[in-house]
Amino acid sequence: MSGHATYQPQNAFMKWMERRLPIAGLVYSSFVAYPTPRNLNYWWTFGGILSFMLGAQIITGIILAMHYTPHVDLAFKSVEGIMRDVNYGWLIRYLHSNGASMFFVAVYIHIARGMYYGSYKEPREVLWILGVIIYLLMMATGFMGYVLPWGQMSYWGAVVITNLFGAIPVVGDSVVAWLWGGYSVGNPTLNRFFSLHYVLPFAIAGVVVLHIWALHVVGQNNPTGIDPKSDKDTVAFTPYATIKDGFVMVCFCLLYAWFVFYVPNYLGHADNYIPANPAVTPTHIVPEWYYLPFYAILRAIPNKLLGVAALGGSIVILAFLPWLDTSKVRSARYRPLYRQFFWMYIATVIGLGYLGSQPPEGIYVIAARILTIYYFGFFIIVLPLLGMFEKTKPLPNSISESIFPAGAPASKAKA
Amino acid sequence: MIKRTALSFAVAFVLGAALAAPVMAAEGTPHPPRNKWSFAGPFGTFDRAQLQRGFKVYREVCSVCHSIELLTFRNLSEPGGPGYSAAQAATVAAEFKIPDIDDSGQPTERPGRPADAFPKPFANDAQARNTHGAVPPDMSVLAKARTYERGFPWFLLDMVTQFQEHGPDYIVALMHGYKEKPADFQLPEAAYYNEYFPGHVIKMKAPLTDGQVTYDDGSPATVDQYSKDIAAFLVWAAEPHMEQRKRIGLQVMLFLIVLSGLLYFTKKKVWSAVH
Repeated sequence: MSGHATYQPQNAFMKWMERRLPIAGLVYSSFVAYPTPRNLNYWWTFGGILSFMLGAQIITGIILAMHYTPHVDLAFKSVEGIMRDVNYGWLIRYLHSNGASMFFVAVYIHIARGMYYGSYKEPREVLWILGVIIYLLMMATGFMGYVLPWGQMSYWGAVVITNLFGAIPVVGDSVVAWLWGGYSVGNPTLNRFFSLHYVLPFAIAGVVVLHIWALHVVGQNNPTGIDPKSDKDTVAFTPYATIKDGFVMVCFCLLYAWFVFYVPNYLGHADNYIPANPAVTPTHIVPEWYYLPFYAILRAIPNKLLGVAALGGSIVILAFLPWLDTSKVRSARYRPLYRQFFWMYIATVIGLGYLGSQPPEGIYVIAARILTIYYFGFFIIVLPLLGMFEKTKPLPNSISESIFPAGAPASKAKA
Repeated sequence: MIKRTALSFAVAFVLGAALAAPVMAAEGTPHPPRNKWSFAGPFGTFDRAQLQRGFKVYREVCSVCHSIELLTFRNLSEPGGPGYSAAQAATVAAEFKIPDIDDSGQPTERPGRPADAFPKPFANDAQARNTHGAVPPDMSVLAKARTYERGFPWFLLDMVTQFQEHGPDYIVALMHGYKEKPADFQLPEAAYYNEYFPGHVIKMKAPLTDGQVTYDDGSPATVDQYSKDIAAFLVWAAEPHMEQRKRIGLQVMLFLIVLSGLLYFTKKKVWSAVH
């Protein structure tokens, strides 16, 4: 990817600095001159949105931690103290609790985009796996964060999820007691969850740096799935990608603000406004919406150990996607069959999400079992076989040819 | 293609997001009827007179059994609430006895101050359970802690219409829900039948009767009026900064709409060079 200007320091100080620590040059080559495929569509803007959400969560979270008390007798009251007596505490707290949901909305779109356009394929396997690690860390962080207000759903969610580790043969009970720091979910559990909830986002930020580094080594995928071949196929990151990302980020903030200011408790559970009570089990223990598909898979399997294995497997299997998909063609745009199976997969995940919110009985369990079979079948059977049998559509010769089939770039195609 | 993709993602998001809708056992429990609330919607504000009436109902009826420990007397005079003056809030506070420790270290009681929280009716849960057979729940965030299942597709539409008054609607319904039990219904000792209570068996005796509380503003002294006023009061108690939240929300939304418009046209201009 030659032909893009490198950083030329303009003043004496920057020249002096550049010879000692070329940080300005790094920023310039990564976020200004960096060539991005010119045909990226709006689904490619969610990486920027995710970086923004991580920053927003860390900043609001640090402020919340200044006012929060991680103790079983005080946690619920300290959160209500934030809501009532801290200046704009209600805003910070609602930004943080709804921010978690927005973070997951963005990450699900980001993952689905990667799957649709084959962004995990050679040479982007490591980039993809780093993304799966970020997602796993997000899930752990989100779960522990939901425990902190110490309401009924916090407490019982913690009980259910930590008990899953009890399914491990032989050492299960010891592992659970070790996680709890005692013989039940209690104050030591809350303390360590707070500690981990505070530190994991910085671990996420570290993996994000690796993720972006890997991205800048292999370059971005694009809707055609073919590599840029000349300068005609790319545009500079700034101003083209920056302005496009900025526009979508503000649109995304509109959605975020809608929840924060107008329906701040919509994505939560009413039961979490009841202080945790180990003596009273809620009628339905339901995790946050972003875990529901996996919760449905867990409950679809009658054996506890196998259920937990399927739950873990349903996420870990994403890391093997680059090798499970045997097709040489990246983008679903040229894979008519894959496209059908992909949308069935999306529908399956949504269906599992709905079933995860319903009581595990009757028709719901049967439906969850069928969808679980498709969930795994998509990865283990469909993807390996599809690469061998699918008749793909012809690929364009270059990115610019896919945009301007007539040949010479028309000056005003469309905005 | 793009349109279909966008639609699929919209559906995926809407479904996914909405599945977090709170759940309550609904077998055989009718949905609480919808009420008209002044605080509903993006421009909603509390009706000051209603909050004052609701406070009177809390004080004269509910507070006998239910604590509201997160609420302080000063809250009564803060903006966005029942609209009492600071002096009125101090007067109310002084009418309550607050347990304290005197200079010699002995337990004592003193008149309340604005900074005090509302005192609890019972020293502890055991005492409450011994008196009533159950611990009456604290009322501070009760309006946010109670809900009912709306069912498909309403729970999705609620996200757009901003309907979130499940809690106060339920509280009003509960006050109206004391009925004769069906002939075949097994009711335990010292419990009452309530149509809207999950499972129908409630330990709380019907708390309100017509004429029980005398209003100063001429509002009807009926169970219906009392229940609406107390529900509104509890919504404010659970979310005392709601008015500020919705006001700032409007400013934020307008700012973001203008900014997104400007960015859209900037983007269009920038990209016109390569399209």
